[in-house]
Parts: sequence; structure tokens; C-alpha cells
Amino acid sequence: MAKGDPGVSTRGRRAVPRSRKGATGDPELVQLLTPEGERIESVTGPDGTEYRVDFTDEEYRSFYRDLVLVRKLDAEATALQRQGELGLWASLLGQEAAQVGSGRALRTQDMAFPTYREHGVLYCRGIDPIMPLGLFRGVDQGGWDPNEFKFNMYTIVIGAQTLHATGYAMGITMDGKTGTDEGEAVIAYFGDGATSQGDVNESFVWASVFNAPMVFFCQNNQYAISEPLERQTRIPLYRRAAGFGFPGVRVDGNDVLASYAVTRHALDNARHGQGPSLIEAYTYRMGAHTTSDDPTRYRIASEVEAWQAKDPIARMKAFLEKQKIAGDDFFAEVDEQAKRESVHLRERVLEMPNPEPSSMFDHVYPNGSPLVDQQRAQFTQYLESFEGSAH
Amino acid sequence: MATETLTLGKALNAGMRKALEDDPKVVIMGEDVGKLGGVFRITDGLQKDFGDQRVIDTPLAESGIIGTAVGLAIRGYRPVCEIQFDGFVYPAYDQIVSQVAKMHYRSRGKLKIPMVIRIPFGGGIGAVEHHSESPEAYFSHTPGLKVATCANPQDAYVMIQQAIASDDPIVFLEPKRRYWEKGPVEVDQPLPEAYPLQAARVARPGTDATLIAYGPMVRTCLDAATAAAEDGRELEVIDLRTLAPLDLGQVYESVRRTGRAVVVHEAPSNIGLGAEVAARITEECFYSLESPVLRVTGYDIPYPASRVEEEYLPDLDRVLDAVDRTFGW
Repeated sequence: MAKGDPGVSTRGRRAVPRSRKGATGDPELVQLLTPEGERIESVTGPDGTEYRVDFTDEEYRSFYRDLVLVRKLDAEATALQRQGELGLWASLLGQEAAQVGSGRALRTQDMAFPTYREHGVLYCRGIDPIMPLGLFRGVDQGGWDPNEFKFNMYTIVIGAQTLHATGYAMGITMDGKTGTDEGEAVIAYFGDGATSQGDVNESFVWASVFNAPMVFFCQNNQYAISEPLERQTRIPLYRRAAGFGFPGVRVDGNDVLASYAVTRHALDNARHGQGPSLIEAYTYRMGAHTTSDDPTRYRIASEVEAWQAKDPIARMKAFLEKQKIAGDDFFAEVDEQAKRESVHLRERVLEMPNPEPSSMFDHVYPNGSPLVDQQRAQFTQYLESFEGSAH
Repeated sequence: MATETLTLGKALNAGMRKALEDDPKVVIMGEDVGKLGGVFRITDGLQKDFGDQRVIDTPLAESGIIGTAVGLAIRGYRPVCEIQFDGFVYPAYDQIVSQVAKMHYRSRGKLKIPMVIRIPFGGGIGAVEHHSESPEAYFSHTPGLKVATCANPQDAYVMIQQAIASDDPIVFLEPKRRYWEKGPVEVDQPLPEAYPLQAARVARPGTDATLIAYGPMVRTCLDAATAAAEDGRELEVIDLRTLAPLDLGQVYESVRRTGRAVVVHEAPSNIGLGAEVAARITEECFYSLESPVLRVTGYDIPYPASRVEEEYLPDLDRVLDAVDRTFGW
């Protein structure tokens, strides 16, 4: 852990009840905020690391604000899909704490490699939430510069981005950019289903033998579309790290504070040259896999209800209320901001223009291609042949 | 201008050495490319001279080689990946086709992946299965990839440097049975003055029929042309050099003169490069053709056991037999 870190400290600032190994009902889970909103001062992880956070009231409130904002924007995107304005949407509902916690743990110089669901991480990187919506509306396929935003384009092929993240992290080492507080680190996002992919396992091997400065952040949301975790693994996912030779930890992915603490610790270890680690953020996909999915076909309502009781936003709100860090005025103001930003997002999505048809021939190759040029010319000529016709 | 006599393999080595010297962002990565110098010794001595951060022995996983190279490219490096044999590239197929090929397009031109994927390809060395394949059609069919192959030491030396210097992702196919063939190499010609990467070249001029080949089959076609000349028939041989995008201007010009074309490759014929070349010749040279465009290729079977590979691979006789058929039409 970096000295002088404003968010993570070795002492509890606020009077909190307990310090213990493990958390409620699950000795393997790192948790700093219970579902009831009780703060746990510190928790010891499986490798003996002690996790705790120490934030100002303003910082606690800003965590809450981010959680509410990303949920609201996500709901807006789902609504836009239902109204035919997006072709598809992969909702993060239920995973806000894992994404906000890990996303805020990134330092400016760190690089993130998302799947297609990391809208919350993107938001916490300070990126305009409109950026990935072109992909889901079908007006582009990403279209941003990963290096400009320190946030790679969304990757839809499951697990493929973990190798990109590993290579990027190897580049950090080759550039000599580790070993100090200003060192760089990489975070690779993926899900429980991806842990069965060859690419993810190859990434583990590579990161391990090259001591890559990176964090594997697995959001275990319990389902790979319809397939439950039991179809991917016989052991807790975080324990797989041991077989590859680096630390693994399971964190309560519905606890934004623990998600932050665990990720910040792992990233700082990586940037200081101590190699990779795996975080399994134990969470639940409250919604469908995507708007094309129907989860009622493969899971029962009581399971969803049980997870509803562990909601990441409700517990943060309960904490803020109990500790008198925030009151009704604040919550109303956050809701108002969320509404405002979601309306703004909606307005801009509706204004997204369709690309010019001939632009589909652009950027196939950095240096162009006579074949593509020829087909673009033929296509343009073909379109022009309709000019003046009724159809 | 300094000319050295090098094998095709040594010319590739010299080309990569030059690229490593010229650009600190160039890194070579693959299985056994370091201390061993690669199973064909194409990277021989490079790790010793440039260190293990620039010539990287990787874990034994092809998807990992290409996938991590994508990340290095995003970071600003120019990875040159070696896939040990043609038949081992398929574990990396997703990374090549879905990731490498599409990054520039998906990012609307904001992200370049200047990667070279070197693959020794083709048969004729008496190898066990999976070591003699010709996968060029898979990659040539994929928009976003460029595919190049060299047929002689001079081209090997220049083209590998051009491929590394290019911002396009390039699958670079090396005719492994020709690794040991020697030829003159101009080693101090500045790269910008060299013959362009994306251009076919007339390897031997002729007037009676046009042979179109690339990689290992260029030598076979040149031998066929020599034999035909003894019988009084002048065959033009065109080395395609780049398979994606195809550069067929000289092919059209040649076929308009000769009226006869035979495409030769080791890969199976069905949906292969020969089919594409034949279709385009038919579109462009229809009224000049004296016969259909013929193909001489490997058969549409898995690459056979090595004791019969000489029967499988196109050779001088099969090429000349096809030429005869174009005259008998």
C-alpha cells in the first residue's frame, strides 16, 4: 500500500465496531460494509493483507453519488433499448459497487481493459457515458482511442482483452514504468464465464512468468448468460490464482468500499513491481445478461430476492444515514442529478446520426487498400445511380 | 551497392536485425526464438545481441503470443511474432481475425496495430503432420489483414523490413522449404527505394503463357519455365508477393498478351487464392483468353503423410501439363 494514500489507511477514522478475519457468513470474503450498512474497520485477506479504508465524509458521499449515477444511466440505456433506440444493452445492474470501487481505485496513469459491461468503470474514469452507446446503437463499433482515455475499447469476444491487458502491462515493464508511486498498472476486467476461456488462462500464465504489473478483476456475477458458476468451476475462482503463482482474493463485489480497498492495494502492488494478482468480486447480475436475454428461464425469483437484500446502493445509503454523513437533502439532490444526466444522455443518443453508408469503407487499413478503394468507388457509383429515382 | 550471397533464412535474419537496430520499439516474440534462435534459426543470435526484453521467448501458447502482442502494440511497440509452424497458428486464429484485423477499423483509425505475424508455411521438408500447411486463404479472406510472402533472399530481406515498418497488421508467410536456397541480397539499399511490398513482380518474362505463383511455388514455376523454354515455349512467371491485397495489374497485362494463365499454389484449390485470381482474370481479360484459367494446386485433402507429399505438391511436370492443356483448348 502506498504511503500517503488519501483513501486507504492503517487506522480507522470513524468509530466502527469490529476488526476481524473474514465477514458475515463467508470467511473467504473481504467486506468492509455489511448489507445492513455497518462498517467493518478492517479485514484480513487470505494472504494476511489487512484491508481498511479511511475516507472523508465528502468522499463517502461521492462514492454514493457515483453508484446512483451509474445505475441511473444504465437504466436509461435499458429504456432506450426497449424503445428501439439502442440495438442492445448489457446492463450492469447489481454490479455498481464492484465497478465504482475498482474504477475509483485506478490512478490517472493506470490503464483499463473492459469487457462490454464496464459502464461504471468508464464513468469513474471521467469519460462521457455517451462514448460506448454508439456501439450499442449501431452507429459505430467503439471508435475511441484507448490511449487517450486510458480505457480500451469494449471487447465482446469473451476473455480476449485479458491478453491485450497482459501485453500492455509487459510494455509498462519494458518501458521501466514500475517501482515507484508514479508507476503504471493495468486492470483487466472479465466475468466468471471468461475464466473458462483459454485466453484468460494464458493471460494468467503470461502475467505470472513476466511478473506483469496488472490486476485481473473478475466480476463473478454468478451467471454466464444462463450457465451458473458451477458449470465453470469447482473451486472458488480467486483460488485459481495460487496455481498460477500469484495472490488471489475474493471481495464482496456489492461493497464499494471493500472493492476499492482490495483493488487499490492490488494495483499499488503491481505498480511497485510486485506482479499480478486476481480479484474475484463476488456479486450478482440483477438483470438479464443483455436486453436479448430472459433470465426467468434459468433462475428462480427467490435467488434474485436474496441478492436484492445485499444491494450495493442500499447498504451505502444505510451507512451514510446511520453515520449521519448524509441526509434526505443530499439523497434528493443526487437523485435529481442522476435524472438530469440521464435525460441529457437520452437527448444526445437520439441525436446520434447514422454514419454515411460509404464510411463503412473507411479505416479498414492504416495504409489503405486498392481493393477497398475500388469497392468504395463502385458502391458510391451504385448509390448515385438511384439519384432522381423514386426508390 | 554492397551485395551479399545469403540463404533466404539468413536474409530474413539480417532483415530483422536491421529492423531491431533501426527502431527501438521493434520486439520479436515467439516460442524458442531466443537462445535457440527459432527451430529454423531464423532469429539466430538476435537475443544475444538485443537482449531478452527485445527478443522474447514466450510461453507455449499461440493465442497468448498474438494477444499479448496486441497489448504491446497498443502500448506503442511493433511486435514481430513468430508462429513456429503453419499448423500451429489456429489457436491464435481468434486473436488474429477478431482482434488484430479489426482494431483499426473499430477505433475509426485511432488505434494502429503494427504487427507482423511470421509463419513458416508450406510443405516439402518431409515433416510430420501440422508442419506443412498453407493457411494463406484463411488470412487473405479477412478484411483488415494484409498477407505477404517472399520467394527469394532479396525479397525476404527487404519485405520483412517493409512489413515491420508498416502500420498495417501483416501475416508474413515464409516458404520454409526455400529457407536454405541462396541468392544475392543488396544489403544497403535504403528501404524507401526498395521495390514496394504491395506489388507483384515479373520473375521471368515470357510471351506464350502466364504462370502466377507466390512463395515456394515461384521457384517451381521458374524451373518449369526453364524446361518449357527448351521446348520452345516462353512462359512468363509472375510472383504475386502480396496475397492481400492482390496486385494483379501486371497479371492482367501479361494475360492480355499471352491469352493463357495458370495459377499455382500448394494450398488446396477449393476457395483458394487461385480461385480468386482466376475469377478476376476472367473479369478483366475475358476477350483476351484463349483458354480457361487453370489451377495447379494441392489436392482438396488434408496435407498427406510426408512419404507421398511429392505427389501432393505441384511440381514442374504438373505445371507444364497444365500449360499444355491451355494450348489444347
